Amino acid sequence: MKLRKLTTSLILAGLTFASSTLMAADYVIDTKGAHASIKFRIQHLGYSWLYGRFNDFDGKFSYDEAAPEKASVEVNIKTASVDSNHAERDKHLRSDDFLNVDKYPEAKFVSTGYSPGKDGKGTVKGNLTLHGITKPLEIDVQFIGAGKDPWGGYRSGFEGTTKFSRTDFGIMKNLGPKSNDVEMTLSVEGIRQ
Amino acid sequence: MQWKNTTTRFGVIAIALHWLIALTVFVLFGLGLWMTELDYYDTWYKQGPWLHKSIGVMLFFVLLFRLFWRMLTPPPVALSSHKAWEVKIAHLTHLMFYLLLLSIMFSGYLISTADDRPIEVFGWFSVPATITSIPEQADVAGWVHLILASFVIGLASLHAIAALKHHFIDRDQTLNRVLGR
Repeated sequence: MKLRKLTTSLILAGLTFASSTLMAADYVIDTKGAHASIKFRIQHLGYSWLYGRFNDFDGKFSYDEAAPEKASVEVNIKTASVDSNHAERDKHLRSDDFLNVDKYPEAKFVSTGYSPGKDGKGTVKGNLTLHGITKPLEIDVQFIGAGKDPWGGYRSGFEGTTKFSRTDFGIMKNLGPKSNDVEMTLSVEGIRQ
Repeated sequence: MQWKNTTTRFGVIAIALHWLIALTVFVLFGLGLWMTELDYYDTWYKQGPWLHKSIGVMLFFVLLFRLFWRMLTPPPVALSSHKAWEVKIAHLTHLMFYLLLLSIMFSGYLISTADDRPIEVFGWFSVPATITSIPEQADVAGWVHLILASFVIGLASLHAIAALKHHFIDRDQTLNRVLGR
C-alpha cells in the first residue's frame, strides 16, 4: 500500500516536472478574459488620429526570460471584428474597399525571429498576412511584467507596436496622402500553459 | 376633379401620392447606388447619404399617409374588361409594393442606427435607434436593403410595362385613370 502510494506520487511528480520544463515558456494570449487587445490608428485627413480595434483574435507566444532570443509569437485576427465605434464605417471597412472580409476573413502575424534588446525591449521579426498578401514586418516589443496571478496561474505580458502602409497590402482606397500608414499596438497578456 | 377616390375614378390625393412615391423611389435608388461608390474626397460623400436618409424617412411618413388614405377612401374597382387573374396579380403587386417599401425603409433604418446613433432628417428632427443587437447589423441590413430595393425597381418596371400594355395594346382606361383622365 505504502509503496504503491509512493510510486504514484513519484510518477505524478515526474510528470509535473516533465510538463513544467517542456511547457515553461508557452503562453496562450488571454483573449478569453480580454486582457489583450489589438488596436490600430490611422490619420483622418491628416488632421487627427482615428483609433479602432479588432475584437476577435487569438494567439500564443513563447517567452523564457532565461533565453529570450528563442521567443516566438503567432496571432490570428478575424478581420470582420473590426470596430472603429461607428457601424456604418465598420461596414465600409469590412467591404471590398478595405479589408474585404468575405474574401479574406483572417489576418495573421507569425514570427520568424526575435532580437532581445535592453530593459525588456526587443524586436520581433515575422510575416504579416493581411488582405491576402504576406509581407515581412517588424514589431517593437516591450516586456511589461510577469509573475503569479491571484488564481493559481502564471502570466506574462507585452506591448508591441508597429507601422506599415496599407497600400503594401493592396488596400488602395484613397483616403488622402496622410492616411496610408497604419500604426498598430498589440497589448497582450499570456497565461502560461 | 375630386379629392377622394370614387368607385370609378382616382382622386387627386391618391394620384399625387402614387406619382410622388414612384418618383422618389427611383431617385432614392439612383442616389443610393451613386453615393456608395463616391470617392472619399467628393463633396457629396457626406451630403449624399444625408439626403438619402432624410428623403427616405420623409417617404416613410408619406407612405403611412398613403395607407391611411387608402383605408379612408378605397381605390376604384377594377375595370370590367380586366380578367380575374389580372385583377388578382394587380392586387398582389400592390401588396408587394407596400411590403417591399416598408421592409426597405426598415432595413435602411437598421443600417444607420446599428450603433445607437439616431438618423437626422434634414436637420429638422432625429429618429432614434431601437434595435442595435443584430450581429454585424449594418452589413446584414445593408445587404437586405440593396436586394429588396433592386427587387422593388424590378417590380416597378413590370408594373409600368403592364400599364403600357393596358394603354397601347388593350386600349383600356387603366393608365388614364391613374393620370386623372
